[in-house]
Amino acid sequence: MSTAPTREPAWQHPTHAEHYRSHAEEFDACKIGMWLFLTTEVLLFAGLFCAYAIFRMKYPTAFSNGSHYLNSNIGMLNTIILLVSSYTMASCIRYAQLNEQRKLRFSLLFTIACGAAFILIKFLFEYMPKWAQGKRPGYLFEYPFATDPHEPLWWSVYYTTTGIHAAHVLIGMICIFFIYLGARRGKYGPGHYTGVEIVGLYWHLVDLIWIFLFPLLYLIH
Amino acid sequence: MTQAAAHPYHSYLAPRGGFWGVIWDWATTIDHKKIGVMYLFTILFMFFLGGLAAIAIRLELLEPVRVAADGTVTGQLFRVPGGDIAANNELYNRIFTLHGAIMVFMVIVPSIPASLGNFCLPIMLGAKDVAFPRINLLSWYIYAFGSLFAILAIIGGGVDTGWTFYTPYSTTSDPNHWRVVFMIMGVFILGFSSILTGLNFIVTVHKLRAPGMGWFDMPLFIWALYSSAIIQVLATPVIGITALLLTFERLFHVGIFDPSMGGDPVLFQHFFWFYSHPVVYIMILPGMGVITDIIAVHAHKKIFGYRAIAFASLGITAVSFLVWGHHMFASEGELAAAVFSALTFLVAIPTAVKVFNWIATLYKGSISIDTPMCYALAFLFLFSIGGLTGLPLGTLATDLHLHDSYFVVAHFHYVMMGGTIIAFIGGIHHWWPKMFGKMYNETGGLIGCALVFIGFNITFFTQFILGANGMPRRYATYLDKFQPYHDISTFGSWILLAGFLVHLAVFVHSLIAGKPAPRNPWGGLTLEWETQSPPDVHNFDHEPVVTHGPYDFDTVVPPYCDEADFPLPPDVGGAHH
Repeated sequence: MSTAPTREPAWQHPTHAEHYRSHAEEFDACKIGMWLFLTTEVLLFAGLFCAYAIFRMKYPTAFSNGSHYLNSNIGMLNTIILLVSSYTMASCIRYAQLNEQRKLRFSLLFTIACGAAFILIKFLFEYMPKWAQGKRPGYLFEYPFATDPHEPLWWSVYYTTTGIHAAHVLIGMICIFFIYLGARRGKYGPGHYTGVEIVGLYWHLVDLIWIFLFPLLYLIH
Repeated sequence: MTQAAAHPYHSYLAPRGGFWGVIWDWATTIDHKKIGVMYLFTILFMFFLGGLAAIAIRLELLEPVRVAADGTVTGQLFRVPGGDIAANNELYNRIFTLHGAIMVFMVIVPSIPASLGNFCLPIMLGAKDVAFPRINLLSWYIYAFGSLFAILAIIGGGVDTGWTFYTPYSTTSDPNHWRVVFMIMGVFILGFSSILTGLNFIVTVHKLRAPGMGWFDMPLFIWALYSSAIIQVLATPVIGITALLLTFERLFHVGIFDPSMGGDPVLFQHFFWFYSHPVVYIMILPGMGVITDIIAVHAHKKIFGYRAIAFASLGITAVSFLVWGHHMFASEGELAAAVFSALTFLVAIPTAVKVFNWIATLYKGSISIDTPMCYALAFLFLFSIGGLTGLPLGTLATDLHLHDSYFVVAHFHYVMMGGTIIAFIGGIHHWWPKMFGKMYNETGGLIGCALVFIGFNITFFTQFILGANGMPRRYATYLDKFQPYHDISTFGSWILLAGFLVHLAVFVHSLIAGKPAPRNPWGGLTLEWETQSPPDVHNFDHEPVVTHGPYDFDTVVPPYCDEADFPLPPDVGGAHH
């Protein structure tokens, strides 16, 4: 067997780890693995949603006040940003399948940029001003105009849920960046796009969690 | 199965390179067999640490702390200058926390799946490796890293919260101290290791079974590992978020579990047990799987009710998520307690199905009384006691009397140690020849087994009596009337220790001077007995094709065995050959 010319992109000769029988089998295994991992993520957030539900039931006024403090326009903007990023992430798989390498690389970078915009908006327009006003979690709470004694707990729920979600956005961005590095080397194409697909799955889940957080925190009064 | 070897045999244990080469080879290996062996030794090391703490607990309880008329204090294990009783009690609290946390999170949870499971699962399926070998290695490093956090917390002085970390105690004890945070972060990190192992097993079972191996051709050990892997994946994230929230609570006082802020400590208990109840099935299911395989192979008899055992494993998995509230009868509402009590009894059904199937398998089997079989019999005996004493604890009226007493301690030691650890040691003996290519000394193994069995019963059966008479758990001292029972229990712990030391000696002796093991020392029919001992780097020299069920002892002569040693039943054997 002659060695392949160095210019030829790697995806044209998809290899698979030797304990699999075929590349397709490995692809399937990776997808099942990722779906299982997503299940663990759902259960991780389930704990937070459960805490939210219980405290909302116990202290409806504090939670109603809390959602009034949040700016739903900023929340909406961030929702749109994440939805767009999910679209570009989904396109990445399509571009890999169609071998449109430039569009693939651009979409990956665009998705990362959306994630960065989400986090920046969250920090600059939500966390920082609210923290400065004393709207902080638990014992750090110093907001002088609170009308319900349990508002600190609302902020605890707000900061932990959105904070852990933001950490997931950050991890997703790092993963997509590694996929981008692979894409630059011509790793992905019609014959092989496992990495793009499984990181895409992760990104959609991060998006989905926000889709639940947004109405629960911002819209329900 | 006599086929020409496709490539020369390279034992997976054969050293590659010099001293540092071997270290590097093991540290970077993605071979599931080596990772399983690495897990085995780290888990046994942690078992040793947790065991030392257990011996210390029993030593403290040999005598109650007494203050004589002249002020002299006796009965303290930790002789604090001036006989300060509070300081002694505080040390006792740390030692039982250390024992509980190590044994639960670092020994029993990973024990069978991560060591024996990692080693056996791909070979039993006829695969070359688990689905994600790199993630498998990563899970070992995460395990080591998480254990390191816990060990640092212990070296730094220990934690006195108990292994359950109940709030508000865990958020207020040791003000501003980092040790509780380290311990909790250790649990958080260990959770990832558990999730990754479970995830790997599920995908491997789905995708990498050998040609000809359908779901109902899998060994029942695999069914058990699969069922417990589902729990590992579904339950562990909840302890993850609980640990994270507890850390936030400790570091930033966010108030989610703090009643003074409107938070709810009972919410912590729900979160904690939503993981920690299913986790007892992560612990016991693989143990049941090991016992199923040991009983079938060492009784040379087709397993009774294969499908019933397989579905019982899945049934236990399903029920495991519905019963967490039975740990909280004293802190939840009456209706919830009644519902959880009713659901708890459901667990008894699939469990009893398994026990009866094991006994039915033994009936008219040709039983070899060797160490694995003796451990299987010990398991049947101890696990049945453990299981049946769970019923009075699941019954509301009796639980109110027994709650937080030594009865509970005895119950879960009978299931966790009498179940999982006994199955673990039995399984180590069963697969030892395959893992290391050496036989162990059978007499030594049997002596160890007898000592462990006797010592275990002396140690823990007395605790049922103590608990029923009202001795509460987690105290460094007790009323004088309990002393005879505590003394018997402590003597038992020494016999138990002696048993484990005998096993240690047997293992070391086997590694140094054991006789070389044949491929199939027990006459098993599952795939791991068709490969070399120790297995080839690639597990098999050819991709195995499965042509018979894992327990067809009535129709198949075990591969690489003499038919004279394993005769087929006269009425069936002739016709099929």
